[in-house]
Amino acid sequence: MNDYNFAYLDEQTKRMIRRAILKGLAVPGYQVPFASREMPMPYGWGTGGVQVSAATLTPEDTLKVIDQGADDTTNAVSIRKFFERTAGVATTEETEQASVIQTRHRIPEADLTEDQILVYQVPIPEPLRFLEPRETETRKMHSLEEYGLMHVKLYEDISQHGAIATSYAYPVMVQDRYVMDPSPIPKFDNPKMEMAAIQLFGAGREQRIYAVPPYTKVVSLDFEDYPFEASKADHPCDLCGAEDSYLDEVILDDAGNRMFVCSDTDYCRSRRAAGHVGRLGTEDAA
Amino acid sequence: MTPLLSVRNIKKTYGARIGCTDVSFDLFPGEVMGIVGESGSGKSTLLNCLAGHLEADRGQVIFDTRADGPMDTLQMSEPERRMLGRTDWAFVHQHARDGLRMSVSAGGNIGERLMAVGDRHYGNIRERAIDWLGRVEIAENRVDDRPSAFSGGMQQRLQIARNLVTGPRLVFMDEPTGGLDVSVQARLLDLLRGLVREMGLSAIIVTHDLAVVRLLADRLMVMKDGHVVETGLTDQVLDDPQHAYTQLLVSSVLQV
Repeated sequence: MNDYNFAYLDEQTKRMIRRAILKGLAVPGYQVPFASREMPMPYGWGTGGVQVSAATLTPEDTLKVIDQGADDTTNAVSIRKFFERTAGVATTEETEQASVIQTRHRIPEADLTEDQILVYQVPIPEPLRFLEPRETETRKMHSLEEYGLMHVKLYEDISQHGAIATSYAYPVMVQDRYVMDPSPIPKFDNPKMEMAAIQLFGAGREQRIYAVPPYTKVVSLDFEDYPFEASKADHPCDLCGAEDSYLDEVILDDAGNRMFVCSDTDYCRSRRAAGHVGRLGTEDAA
Repeated sequence: MTPLLSVRNIKKTYGARIGCTDVSFDLFPGEVMGIVGESGSGKSTLLNCLAGHLEADRGQVIFDTRADGPMDTLQMSEPERRMLGRTDWAFVHQHARDGLRMSVSAGGNIGERLMAVGDRHYGNIRERAIDWLGRVEIAENRVDDRPSAFSGGMQQRLQIARNLVTGPRLVFMDEPTGGLDVSVQARLLDLLRGLVREMGLSAIIVTHDLAVVRLLADRLMVMKDGHVVETGLTDQVLDDPQHAYTQLLVSSVLQV
């Protein structure tokens, strides 16, 4: 054992965060203010997500942490180790095995179930922020459902680029009431937000928590003549051959060679283990 | 005939100082009223109280709404008042940058009110934005430029287009020609006069420029120290001023 309280935060803090989470679940998409604590990592590294995870974890939970879909990047590894040390919970890289998944900027490819909780790290929770800098005004706009401004952003996209160029942090309307920032997930992931798992969002620096309960209606904003499209790179994965997963582009050399690989490393690994091979994969790669 | 707007005993104080007090008038459909007075006379305070930007201490502002007939806007809930603010009402600020979104293109600026009332068809929104640019004499190819790239006069015309696109019935204007040079002022006034007549708008124009009200306003209200000191038809007030202050105001205009 060690000298940390379970999952680092003290019990009073966790109760405070749980109250914010419950309120968030009761009012889907509403940003609940909470007293965000200093965490032993810089803002922008997932302090909000970590606090929500800490308040959510129980000793029986199995934790998975991903960063841009990958289990093995700095952010994911350090947060996983943080909870291994401070909570002593089991960790996994397999999506199906996890009961709590903390994520930065992706939703796993595998369908999540009712027993799972997905915790997002959120840099800027306010979708209207870049259009209206005053917090007093954006709060009023949310409470009065004045969301015309959100479409001005999409209008600007079309007038400048000929299509809605927003490709991540694509704003959504939750249960016909609140416009919400889904954190900077690619818009490819937006349709997956109507899922069986609980989705919790934590913004540490901005001190906001919000939530989407299971099976909640989540609609991506669009125009009648420019409907929402969940886009991805038009390639199969070069390692596992998957055609339905979100891909990262990897530059291989200075001659312009490149490969596309699943951004969800666990999805790619499990497909290769099941015998799927892509253009650049080998039979025994996994 | 029901007045479009009836104002009764509006009072607004800033602590012990009086902003404006005991202001009452009726504004009928299609009528343009000018409010003149020197700086600090309470005319902008009055305008902001009428438009709901400032909370009046006392009084009634009864607006003849499309759906429910005459209603006191000061007693309305905030969502209702803000809805009026982007449908039936328009507010033209003295400084265009207060009324425009400087980081959004001209088309987006005009389209915002349309989108705010639920228009979700890009093609229609853009078409109407371009139509309105034409009406305020801004070239169609400037539709994707930001207002920061526009001249002062163009910004002011863009602000007017942005406000009028939803076909409001009542326009509040706070020194619409302030800070513009005279030839630009003249064209803007010409444009405003055309739009007011063509759309049958009612308007309340606050200004310290008597030439502006002479051109635009049917009726005039002269304010001093928060009080209305004289009202009447524009020509009557300007040609035969009764109150000492009005006489001073009229005689202070430089004759070129």
